Amino acid sequence: MNNSQVQSSKKRKPKPYINPYLGGALLGLVLFLAYFFTSAGLGASGAISHVQVALLDVFFPHHVDEVGYFAEMAGGKVNPLDSSGVMMLIGTLLGGALSGLIHGRLKIETRKGPNISNKKRWIFAFIGGAIMGYGARMARGCTSGQALSGGAVLSVGSWAFMFSIFIGGYALAYFFRKVWN
Amino acid sequence: MAPFDIIALLGKSLGYMVYLLIGVGFGAVLEMSGFGDSRKLSAQFYLKDMTVLKVMFTAIVVAMVLIFSFSSMQFVDFSRVYVNPTYLIPGILGGLIMGIGFVIGGFCPGTSIVALSTLKVDGFMFAIGVAFGGYVFGESVSLFQGFQNSTYMGRFILPELFGISTGLTVLLIVLMALVMFYWAEISESFFGKKISWNDIPKLPKNIVKIIASALLVFVALFTLISGQPTPEERWNWIKNKESKNLVQRSVFVHPGELAEVMNDTLFYSTLLDVRNETDYNLFHLDNAKRVTFSNLHDPAYIKKLIDVPDNTVVVVMSNNETDAVKAWKLLRAQGVMNVYILDGGINRWLKIFPLKPGIATPITVEAKADNEILDYRFTKSVGDTILIASNPFTEMKPTDFKLQFDRKVKMKKKKVITGGCG
Repeated sequence: MNNSQVQSSKKRKPKPYINPYLGGALLGLVLFLAYFFTSAGLGASGAISHVQVALLDVFFPHHVDEVGYFAEMAGGKVNPLDSSGVMMLIGTLLGGALSGLIHGRLKIETRKGPNISNKKRWIFAFIGGAIMGYGARMARGCTSGQALSGGAVLSVGSWAFMFSIFIGGYALAYFFRKVWN
Repeated sequence: MAPFDIIALLGKSLGYMVYLLIGVGFGAVLEMSGFGDSRKLSAQFYLKDMTVLKVMFTAIVVAMVLIFSFSSMQFVDFSRVYVNPTYLIPGILGGLIMGIGFVIGGFCPGTSIVALSTLKVDGFMFAIGVAFGGYVFGESVSLFQGFQNSTYMGRFILPELFGISTGLTVLLIVLMALVMFYWAEISESFFGKKISWNDIPKLPKNIVKIIASALLVFVALFTLISGQPTPEERWNWIKNKESKNLVQRSVFVHPGELAEVMNDTLFYSTLLDVRNETDYNLFHLDNAKRVTFSNLHDPAYIKKLIDVPDNTVVVVMSNNETDAVKAWKLLRAQGVMNVYILDGGINRWLKIFPLKPGIATPITVEAKADNEILDYRFTKSVGDTILIASNPFTEMKPTDFKLQFDRKVKMKKKKVITGGCG
């Protein structure tokens, strides 16, 4: 635990985050258990897509059947929410909320740099999310499903992907420093 | 043996509960590590707070060491573990795009879900953005489908890329991660806490960290030394189930059936001839490939037999059956699907589909010490040029031979495991 965490925890009164190496070891254990019991790793973005397609299917079922990418998840009578990934997503929400509750971090707020307004932060979050959602589909997985899970089982594509994320992030970090600092 | 398919094992509702529980663990650990906080995540890109790197690489290293040490102890069958298939260029471009999204939005999809679960408004906005981005992708992917499916390399792992053993790869990644952690600590002190360079302690002092690092290196070394299971060891895993196919002869195909399969456009037949080079040159079936037993121990060679269309039939053959059975066991042990054995081998084939007179004459072998002897004496090497014998149905109709046999070929599909992001 470093000093800034102690200071911010005094201000907001939530408990400090656990040691990152301990967190990483626990995450590695969860990932191992996922592989052990389900043959596959963790994930989130695929399930978000399933939820999105489910919504689309409510309003434009014909369109979902026509576009191949959506039809794979929800074509005809296929229920996109009936998937193990969506179960994991619900679990992730529950687990996050539970831990937030226990550690006093469950509260409505917007986390942002000191120099931008809430509204701006929300717009940036949405744009960043949209870019990331697009990239995640192109890369066939997100940081958890592709980089973390694929990385642990030594997939060449996952390692290339992981380094690409860091390269993309560091390359653009300078231009967005006002958002965060 | 692990890995399990929990839904096949417990049924859908209980299986889904396990997925839910794994998700709870995932969400809770991310939240406890501070991954629900966009400021903590984005600080990674300004080298002030290396939490993302530390958590991610610790998780990768811990899971990797567990998976491969369990594999070397034969508790996990790694060949059945889902490995994200490599589509190199779309993966790299997608990664670069995601890196940009990360800096702008402050999350990745999984962490935004955790932020949303603790009621962070920016996490909610980001998650909506992810869904929207996925929607736009779905609408536009048909414009660049060719690119999206390009540079496909299938199940391709780092040991294959570097041409080193799995154990050595695991050890090198552990060492790389430890070096990265060392520099991450220094970077945090320098950029985050603004400690001057000379005041930063250069040697790790925390005894728990040193012990944990040593433990990781130790398990990685153990994995390296004990090695990954050999094909022979893997045959023992499936021996009980698979041996009955040999006893009941359900995987032995009659030469007549093989001739049908070779000429059936619905099948893609791969014929593997395990005899020595001399016998192979004297005569082999149309399109048969000669393979050695060292080929059958080579993961790269086996991989080519696994990454095949579902309508591929693999038939192994020797002069009789002994060597073909050995090859069959090795192929099955390594997960090759739809493998059959030529019933009676090349000798029986030549009896049913004889060569033109004068090329090969049967020899009476009195006491066969080695039953893998070619029962014919050849006057010249014909390879697969004598069409009627090497592929009888190209010049004659199947009915002309008046053959009677039971058909054994039943196509089985590979069990498809999909990843959490699929």
